Amino acid sequence: MTRFALDRRALLGGAAAGISLAFAGRVSALSPAARPKLVVLIARGAMDGLSVTPPYGDAAYVPLRGGLAVPPPGQPDGALPLGEGFGLHPALTGLHGLYGRGQLRFAPAVALPVRIRSHFEAQDVLENGAATLRRREDGWLNRAIAAAGGRPLKGLSIGAQTPLILRGDAAVSSWSPGSQVRPDDRLALRLQDLYADDPLLGPNLMRGLATETQAEASGDGSVRRNDARALGEAVARLMTGAEGADVVAVSLDGWDTHAGQKAQLQTRLTGLDQLTTGLMTALGDDWRRTLVVAATEFGRTARANGTQGTDHGTASSLLLAGGALKRGGPVGDWPTLAQGQLFEDRDLRPTLDIRSVFKGVLRDHMGIDRAALDTRVFPDSAAEAPVLAGLA
Amino acid sequence: MAASAHDAALALTRLGLGARPGEIARVAPDPRGWLTAQVRPQGAPQPPGDFPDSARRLDQLQDYRAAASRPATPPGPAAWAMPGVMPGAVDPAAEAQREARQAARRAIADDTDQAFLARARFAATTDDGFAERWALFWSNLFTVSLVKFDAGALADPFEREAIRPHVFGQFEDLALAAEQHPAMLFYLDQARSVGPDSPAGRRRSAGLNENLAREMMELHTVGVDGGYTQGDVTELARALTGWSTPNARDRDNGVTGAFLFRANVHEPGARTVMGKTYRQAGLAQGQAILRDLARNPATARRLSHRIAAHFVADDPPPALAARLERIWTRTGGDLSQVAQALIAAPEIWTPQPAKVKTPYEFVVSAHRALGVWPQRLPPLRQALIAMGQPPFSPPSPQGWPDAAGDWAGPDALVKRLDWSRAMAESARGADPVQTADQALGDRMSARTRQSVARAESRPEALALLFMSPEFQRR
Repeated sequence: MTRFALDRRALLGGAAAGISLAFAGRVSALSPAARPKLVVLIARGAMDGLSVTPPYGDAAYVPLRGGLAVPPPGQPDGALPLGEGFGLHPALTGLHGLYGRGQLRFAPAVALPVRIRSHFEAQDVLENGAATLRRREDGWLNRAIAAAGGRPLKGLSIGAQTPLILRGDAAVSSWSPGSQVRPDDRLALRLQDLYADDPLLGPNLMRGLATETQAEASGDGSVRRNDARALGEAVARLMTGAEGADVVAVSLDGWDTHAGQKAQLQTRLTGLDQLTTGLMTALGDDWRRTLVVAATEFGRTARANGTQGTDHGTASSLLLAGGALKRGGPVGDWPTLAQGQLFEDRDLRPTLDIRSVFKGVLRDHMGIDRAALDTRVFPDSAAEAPVLAGLA
Repeated sequence: MAASAHDAALALTRLGLGARPGEIARVAPDPRGWLTAQVRPQGAPQPPGDFPDSARRLDQLQDYRAAASRPATPPGPAAWAMPGVMPGAVDPAAEAQREARQAARRAIADDTDQAFLARARFAATTDDGFAERWALFWSNLFTVSLVKFDAGALADPFEREAIRPHVFGQFEDLALAAEQHPAMLFYLDQARSVGPDSPAGRRRSAGLNENLAREMMELHTVGVDGGYTQGDVTELARALTGWSTPNARDRDNGVTGAFLFRANVHEPGARTVMGKTYRQAGLAQGQAILRDLARNPATARRLSHRIAAHFVADDPPPALAARLERIWTRTGGDLSQVAQALIAAPEIWTPQPAKVKTPYEFVVSAHRALGVWPQRLPPLRQALIAMGQPPFSPPSPQGWPDAAGDWAGPDALVKRLDWSRAMAESARGADPVQTADQALGDRMSARTRQSVARAESRPEALALLFMSPEFQRR
């Protein structure tokens, strides 16, 4: 097998190369048909970056991972090559196709600004964008809507529950398949009277009904459970047209792979791949101005545990996909898995604050200025410069 | 009388599962007495029905696993030569195996479905709504979920065996019962965790799994600020090695019950957790640590706050949480005393409802309002999935969320409206004005009363009642 020299230097390209601006000026000033679109996929439960973008070129990978290691490209169930000693999990065939077109990049070792191994605290920080624990009760994607100014961007989350990342002052909607409510019906109108003085139920029902109207108009909203591709297509339809959503949050559960990791990841990653493929397919021309970010609250232990799984770790991978992306290598340094390099002798060491990637996306893709990002969208984050090399 | 009628409506809603027809009048003479009488040493009532206990469930799971792991006969030359069996066609042996596996899985899932339906029917009809709410609260603290198949198979016995009998006892006994139950041992991967220096660990490449240890501290007891480190998590994981469930061979060897301590996978030696060293051998070591975690002041503080947040307001009055914490500390975590303190709290008896019902509470309370119970599982399940709370399936060990923002988002309200309409259509016999009076009593606003009275049809009136702000809240 080829030995790769996967060291820190090899991967400096991403972070150091800077960013090419996608848009000059405010996004909100653009006509709906020209606005950029952003989808944030939150993999809840701590997605194992070392399986999503396996660093098969790192000599310590297989010794640490044993049977959980994804084999190098060319071997049975081997990784799909990404170059520089990294691969993509074999379930991610659709994303690998995007890679071939220069529409997929990854950050191999990102982490939150706080070191914590609680899923729930960490998901809060991932979503509220704070620099420390329990600071904010609204989400950075919601604050980004306000920071974009002008005609408000439309925010949408998928599922009955609005995730923290999209909660806040900016009005957002949510949607999931399976409703039979007709928005113009009498009962809905009567309810708006009944909710006239209710600051929670009134506005939320109204937004829900408006989104449902849109779903009805854009095609049949029926999606079979577990059909990730159809869900991706349905979401894409809610993102198109004059009333289409500009920023979307989708939660993906089930990444806490303490035992039997291989099979679980195969299923979860297949779903992630199909969802993205569905989005891409149904967005059609709009894919050109779309960016999808897949992030998780933290990574998993570098070593396999005693039950063919991994425990809570620190750094993980982040994926970027979309027609708005410009071809490029890994974003951020690779810390290596060598002895002595692991964080607390157990986890992949972070080399990049995940907020830097989010800030790069918001600045370069959504046109939000640096000052707002440093103080409002990600409070106390001025020290973490936006990074992201290359958007179309 | 008017004051106690209002208190009755509050008691039945804020601390119960909603009023059934006639219930407000029945409770009105003594709302507090109605509540305190439900605090019984034997725990919360069991939903009626004959359902498999954990030991039987483990048998069923073993049948399923056996069917799942039996290797299919590879189609050899003889099979190819058989008439009608072509390359690519179905291999009868593999097909039979697949069917056996599915049948075993279905048997388990069907029982769980029926148990959930029985629980929902019980909730829709019980006179002890507070005891049921209290039990559901503790069941959610010690979450297990159908998201993992084998844990889900034990979700119903878990509530019956580990939760309900202990919800008015000492918290540490509840914690011990929950953590040692096979549902929890499966759900948080404890059953297969092996001490690396145990006799079994030295023989094969197996090792620790720290999932249960971490959540025991973070979610079940002291909380993330409880003062423990990663080192404490790992030490507790070592102490817990050996907490397991019997397999088929253990059964053949005469093991009864659903919990088994496996001495040969227990990590030997003393353990230090949060500054205290535990020299006990075997099972007693993990139990001693768990008892200390349960008695830790951080546990009292955290869970008192959580009780107040669940029953009163997302951001609860600090005085209430502090009062519950004092009782908890003084009684060493006597949950009957904590429950009585909650009932006595003035914050319970304020008129303004601050909590949005969870989907399950909402659906149950609508059935109660109509004086009916759910007839069949599929529509009930569909409704709960749509509203974001599928049966026995919290998405993570953190359990179901508990704030208005979690349950009353745009899509969730559309789904509630959807279901309310269907429910109202199916209840054509009910008189809407009377139903509203009986369900909400003095909690009903003038606007809702008017809205229900002026609706153009009975279904419309009932749907408006279910969707009204005061019916959505408790």
